[in-house]
Amino acid sequence: MDMNEIKEIFFQECEEQLAELESGLLKMNDGDRDPETVNAVFRAVHSIKGGAGAFGLDDLVAFAHVFETTLDCVRSNKLEPNQDVLKVMLKSADVLADLTNAARDGGSVDESRSRGLVKELEALAHGELPSPSAVSEAPAPKPAPKAAPAPVAAAPAPKPTDDSGFQPIPFSFDDFGGEEKPVDLPAYEITFKPRFELYSKGNDATLLLRDLSRLGEMSIYCNADALPGLEELDPEGAYFFWNITIKTDKGEDAIRSVFEFAEWDCDLTVKPAEDSKPGETNEELPMIPVPFDLSILDEGGASEAPAAAGTKADDTAAAVTAAETATNVTQMAAAAARVEKKESAAAAAAAAASAAAQNNAAAGAGQTIRVDLDRVDRLINLVGELVINQAMLSQSVIENDTTGTSSINMGLEELQQLTREIQDSVMAIRAQPVKPVFQRMSRIVREIADMTGKSIRLITEGENTEVDKTVIDKLAEPLTHMIRNAVDHGIETPEKRAAAGKNTEGTVRLTAKHRSGRILIELADDGAGINREKVRQKAIANDLISPDANLSDEEIDNLIFLPGFSTADKISDISGRGVGMDVVKRSIQALGGRINITSRPGQGSVFTMSLPLTLAVLDGMVVTVAGQTLVVPLTAIVETLQPEAAAIHSFGANHRLISIRNSFCPLVDVGRILNFRATQANPVEGVALLVESEGGGQRALMVDAIQGQRQVVIKSLEANYTHVPGIAAATILGDGRVALILDVDAVVGASRGQSLKAEMSLAAVG
Amino acid sequence: MSYTAKNLTLGGNELIAFRIGDQEFCVNIMAVREIRGWTPATAMPHSPSYMIGVINLRGAVLPIIDLSARLGMKPVDPTARHVIIVAQVRRKVVGLLVEAVSDILTVTDDDIQPTPEISSDLQRQFARGILSIEKRMICLIELEALFPDTESEAA
Repeated sequence: MDMNEIKEIFFQECEEQLAELESGLLKMNDGDRDPETVNAVFRAVHSIKGGAGAFGLDDLVAFAHVFETTLDCVRSNKLEPNQDVLKVMLKSADVLADLTNAARDGGSVDESRSRGLVKELEALAHGELPSPSAVSEAPAPKPAPKAAPAPVAAAPAPKPTDDSGFQPIPFSFDDFGGEEKPVDLPAYEITFKPRFELYSKGNDATLLLRDLSRLGEMSIYCNADALPGLEELDPEGAYFFWNITIKTDKGEDAIRSVFEFAEWDCDLTVKPAEDSKPGETNEELPMIPVPFDLSILDEGGASEAPAAAGTKADDTAAAVTAAETATNVTQMAAAAARVEKKESAAAAAAAAASAAAQNNAAAGAGQTIRVDLDRVDRLINLVGELVINQAMLSQSVIENDTTGTSSINMGLEELQQLTREIQDSVMAIRAQPVKPVFQRMSRIVREIADMTGKSIRLITEGENTEVDKTVIDKLAEPLTHMIRNAVDHGIETPEKRAAAGKNTEGTVRLTAKHRSGRILIELADDGAGINREKVRQKAIANDLISPDANLSDEEIDNLIFLPGFSTADKISDISGRGVGMDVVKRSIQALGGRINITSRPGQGSVFTMSLPLTLAVLDGMVVTVAGQTLVVPLTAIVETLQPEAAAIHSFGANHRLISIRNSFCPLVDVGRILNFRATQANPVEGVALLVESEGGGQRALMVDAIQGQRQVVIKSLEANYTHVPGIAAATILGDGRVALILDVDAVVGASRGQSLKAEMSLAAVG
Repeated sequence: MSYTAKNLTLGGNELIAFRIGDQEFCVNIMAVREIRGWTPATAMPHSPSYMIGVINLRGAVLPIIDLSARLGMKPVDPTARHVIIVAQVRRKVVGLLVEAVSDILTVTDDDIQPTPEISSDLQRQFARGILSIEKRMICLIELEALFPDTESEAA
């Protein structure tokens, strides 16, 4: 693995950290004050800083450092994370993301922006600190400063010396309070407990301890209580931990810096010793589980937890443990004599419990694996071929009429079920919540709101809605354009809003939800809505419609999707870079989706995108139309019926309606619309598929016959051919032939009078 | 019968010659992916007349062009003896329906003569030049011209 690969991994991780950072900050912005959230945010910045340092990305390190310092103030409750603070932090997160991107792709970041933020961050870090004496240079423990009467101080944070969730047992220091006398050199008590990860990441406890010994005079005790029996021993595990007393004038920070790179992979506590007398220091080591031999010797019944732990270990382990701990047994004895046994037992039990809870939490979060998307795609393609193959097999069994042998049929059925299950699981690999895309949008809203001097609130809903990764990836671009448009054009300036009697703060609502096998994404703003007269004039001026065209409101709204259309009078920085809504529409269409706009003047606009959940498979009804085999997506079909002559009514020259339970529904001959035949077929000879389109209207699609239902693998037509109006995609049937998948909404649209042919670019192939 | 072009690749300036009616044409061998027998195609709605339809090429949807009709000649009624030349044109893969593949030619740029100036679609649009080999006249087809790049302007 060369340096570039390692760097690539670092940047990938950065992306995750940045996402974590932003989501954490947003949570805090919504009033979440959970220390876990704050820690997660801090950790994200810290990890980026650490990695950037290793790669010598100085700009990134410098900025991350300032950011981290300020976050640390929040973490230690020195700084109240109010809206103003969070605003700065969100901006800093943006700049951090920019710096990361610049470090990866080259390029630079607007320095004035980062410099300004650095100042703001520093001001926050210093400005709100309590009187410096409270956290004087003497390395005092971190609990909330006594001087601060703020409500946060009422419940001192459980001194999170790291972010492991490791919480030292609170101990009363009352007896020693105020008795602290300066000794020659301040002494520190350190508990250093490596986790498994420490060693697997190539860190070595020996080296850390050696580094530590350079700081000053050090006494060190190795605790081997956690050492399991030989048969349970994982040779790569971490079982020992160390209690260290060190006398140094370098300060607590120097000690911590020794462990800087191992910080996330060990449980570390550092605190000043209250008294340098060896006997008493031990009282401040509540985390030392009482050695099992003591608990057995002294009062087995009183301390059950350690005793149980001790009996679990077999004789060998016990012997080893005893030997290992021999050095500190005497010390322990002294400690045990002083510390009440019940308390020590409780401490040990609590420590065990917290460790267990930690493990559970880790398990609950679920383990993940990072896989190259190409591999997953390959797997999906293979499963697609498997599905086709299975269909082929079923078909040839039917054709060869082996119905007599039930074992073959049973086997086939089982195969079908398995194939289906494999397919579902494989598809689930790529399913992801839309959250990351939505989160990116919040940044865009922030930036554009800043640039335009508007005040805008982004509300997201249903961000855990899952959809295929291929869809998510392609969603970001059109969504970005739409958000830009909504903020730049849609929402008015605060003055205008005030004049119109609206809240000066504009609202943009981004919603995702599943609807009948598709994902529906809605972008609603409460802005001015579309100025229909202006759109109309513009369309006439650009020769897009004739001046006397009589268009419905909906049709006018949808004019903005035409190429070369921009309602903005002048090109602003944000939009109007030659990328218009036509591009948005095209990219949505390329995804097999549709986009619609509804607008109410003065009240805002709603863009609705309907996208397939996956680009790979679909449940379809296989039908025959004019000798062709077509697939109709099952999700679109409401019901199927055999029309009777009495139910068919002519309507005008060439329209026919079918009466279904006393309502009339237009009949659409699919063969005619797709130009497979010149005249309309006789409806009585066919089958009607009642479909519901995006617009809500019902249509009866006439086909000649239904062959059956099947799950089909979607194959792209565009890859080698071109987009065909009325056709969503292609698939391959059991006999190896290509069948076309009907685009129900386009067909319904065509039946409303919109020409299918007009959109077709015949030149695309020849 | 189908065999892949890979086995035929000798490198250098090579062309694949094929027959449509009584005329011979050729294309650059580098563009040819494989040559395969005719299989029934699925018709596409709203397609131009020379667009026969699409077939399944190992899981990919492959459009089939009647090259005869595309070059402005009589449309072909495909039979089992017809051949599909699978060719890569820019980023797309298409199938060209021809009567038979006749030859693999090794030529140099000097062997290519300019197309005589006659007013025909064939000459104007698709022919890059004419080769004279063993008293045969073979027209070199510019594949890119058959499928103009419309991606940038396609609506």
